[in-house]
Amino acid sequence: MRAQAPARSRPAPVWSLRRRMRNFTATATVTLFALVVLLIFLAPLAYMTLTAVKTQKQVQDPYSQFLPGSPATFNYQGKDYPLLNVPLDDGLQEWALVKPGREASDFIDPANPGAGLIHWEGRWRVLDPVYTFDASLENFPTAWNQIRLDRLFRNTLIIAVLGTIGTLLSSIVVAYGFARFRIPGINVLFLILIATIILPRQVTLIPTYIFFRAIGWGGTWLPLIIPHFFANAYNVFLLRQYFRSIPRDLDEAAMIDGASPFRTLVSIILPQSIPALTAVGLFHFFFAWNDFFEPLVYLQGHEELYTLSIGMTQFANIFNTQPGLATAAAMMALALPVIMFFLAQRAFMQGIVITGVEK
Amino acid sequence: MAPHGTSSTGLQATLRRKPLSALARREVLSGLAFLSPWIFGFLVFTLLPMAASLVFSVTNYNPIHPEELEFVGLANYARMFTDPFMRQAWGVTLRFVLISVPLSIAFPLALAVLVNSERLFAKNLYRTLFYLPTMIPIVVNVIIWGGIMNSTTGWLNQAIEFLFGVQGPRWYQDPVWVIPALTIMGFWGVGNTMVIMLAGLQNVPTELYDASKVDGASASQRFLQVTLPMISPVIFYNLMLAVIGSFQYFVQAYIIGNGRGDPNGATMFYNLYLYRIAFNFLDMGYGATLAWAMFVVVLILTIILWKSQRRWVYYAGGE
Repeated sequence: MRAQAPARSRPAPVWSLRRRMRNFTATATVTLFALVVLLIFLAPLAYMTLTAVKTQKQVQDPYSQFLPGSPATFNYQGKDYPLLNVPLDDGLQEWALVKPGREASDFIDPANPGAGLIHWEGRWRVLDPVYTFDASLENFPTAWNQIRLDRLFRNTLIIAVLGTIGTLLSSIVVAYGFARFRIPGINVLFLILIATIILPRQVTLIPTYIFFRAIGWGGTWLPLIIPHFFANAYNVFLLRQYFRSIPRDLDEAAMIDGASPFRTLVSIILPQSIPALTAVGLFHFFFAWNDFFEPLVYLQGHEELYTLSIGMTQFANIFNTQPGLATAAAMMALALPVIMFFLAQRAFMQGIVITGVEK
Repeated sequence: MAPHGTSSTGLQATLRRKPLSALARREVLSGLAFLSPWIFGFLVFTLLPMAASLVFSVTNYNPIHPEELEFVGLANYARMFTDPFMRQAWGVTLRFVLISVPLSIAFPLALAVLVNSERLFAKNLYRTLFYLPTMIPIVVNVIIWGGIMNSTTGWLNQAIEFLFGVQGPRWYQDPVWVIPALTIMGFWGVGNTMVIMLAGLQNVPTELYDASKVDGASASQRFLQVTLPMISPVIFYNLMLAVIGSFQYFVQAYIIGNGRGDPNGATMFYNLYLYRIAFNFLDMGYGATLAWAMFVVVLILTIILWKSQRRWVYYAGGE
């Protein structure tokens, strides 16, 4: 930067109409552009919702509609007849086909059934059927029962909640150790901790797997829960940064009053760290909700223990035959994390920023 | 990182001044007590398994036939270089890394610039909604995108046909298109990167923009010569994560390829191959070898990236 900026010609605070118009146009353009990008970005969610409320019949319908719809019918003299779009001189008319014939058919006009049958020359097979909006929620209970979503939810919740408790307890304690104690060599330890972030977990996978099997934990949830009671580099890093930003005056005062370090942690540090604790808790909860690799390795073959992510894979495979069921299951599986995210997004995004920027 | 605790010279001084005071010793002991869960976990779940994995890699360990355990020397390592599937797995993985890493930086950066724009109305709503898909479980992600990319009924191909009048590819079934399909699917996971980039953008001092405006810089010049250098540390951090992450790509490929690398081996990522060797064929000795090879490659890449920082990453406050 140059030492002295040339005298700036500050715009006079005269809000001319033209200037205001220009600002408005710019805001409208940018917002509209962002809206288009956002709509394309989230279009798959709309697709999912629309498919989930279609019945299998609607999906397979060769005239398959954008919105869930079914061919409309008209009840005439106690029988249902399909409604077709019949092209006439004065535009399309929605008539019910009563007596189909090869080259000419008899229709009834639902607006005026008293007029009786109308004879129409033409091939009815080339006419488009009339569709009415017809959404159905039947996929949701069917999907729920078919892959035992209740069981998958319960299993995933137990694993996620216990793991979250474990990672919170251990990461708090360890982060406090890194944040507040003068220990020779602690910087080296901290570097080792950070280095484990880049370690591919495959390197430790095979021996860990053999070890857990040897102590009888194969086919149980323990390998998915217990390791989280021994802190994790990301969370320790995040909490340590946060703890260090809390002024020491208060905990030194508490120490002088004779409070033990543990007491200081619980009564001074933690109450001031709620946002960071929320972020860590949510990170782990979402991790556990999403985790695929470890449940796959440790629960293979024990269907009653499956978590949501591996239980759902069978639905990924039936997608081509039953998209309605698959998308209904998908909607139910994403509901909880999405709701939690909306409720706690501020703390959550703050946590991401701490790990990503404040190095 | 701010200097903390005893600096290295301070440490030597402390060691020379033989006994620590009683108070300092108490501090060390209670500090270690607080660190102990991680120290224990690091030893049991990281260091020992790493060493054990290295030992396994020179054996033919198979959990079904533990009695046949033999020391095989470097045979597993030699096998790696002649294994034809290995070449394929590296090919698939590298292709994916080359396609998806640049996009997984550029796309969230563009989104961050967009939702940081002072001209954008209802910024917070946009930020939340662009982040939203990151919350969606990956399996669900694959299911939904499977519908979008269905070759006949999917919206993507319908849009392609509407816009360009050509038939779109069979995304999931075509060996050529399945990697781009996975890359497109990855756009739904950019939330974290976007939020970090956004924070980086917000940290750029506004004086710099004012000064460059006075100097007559255009918007694109300001972006290239002020914004990009100022957020280069953030880009660097995300680039590291993206490279490490895409080398370990697994879940989406496992689901799409039915765990077998369908179609025709096009989704046989390195990690998937490793999984098959170790857990389908139970050849854990060779599996451990593959794991270590992956580790070494990622480590070398990380070091190269780290060293490259000097050339393109600008730290405003010094290193």
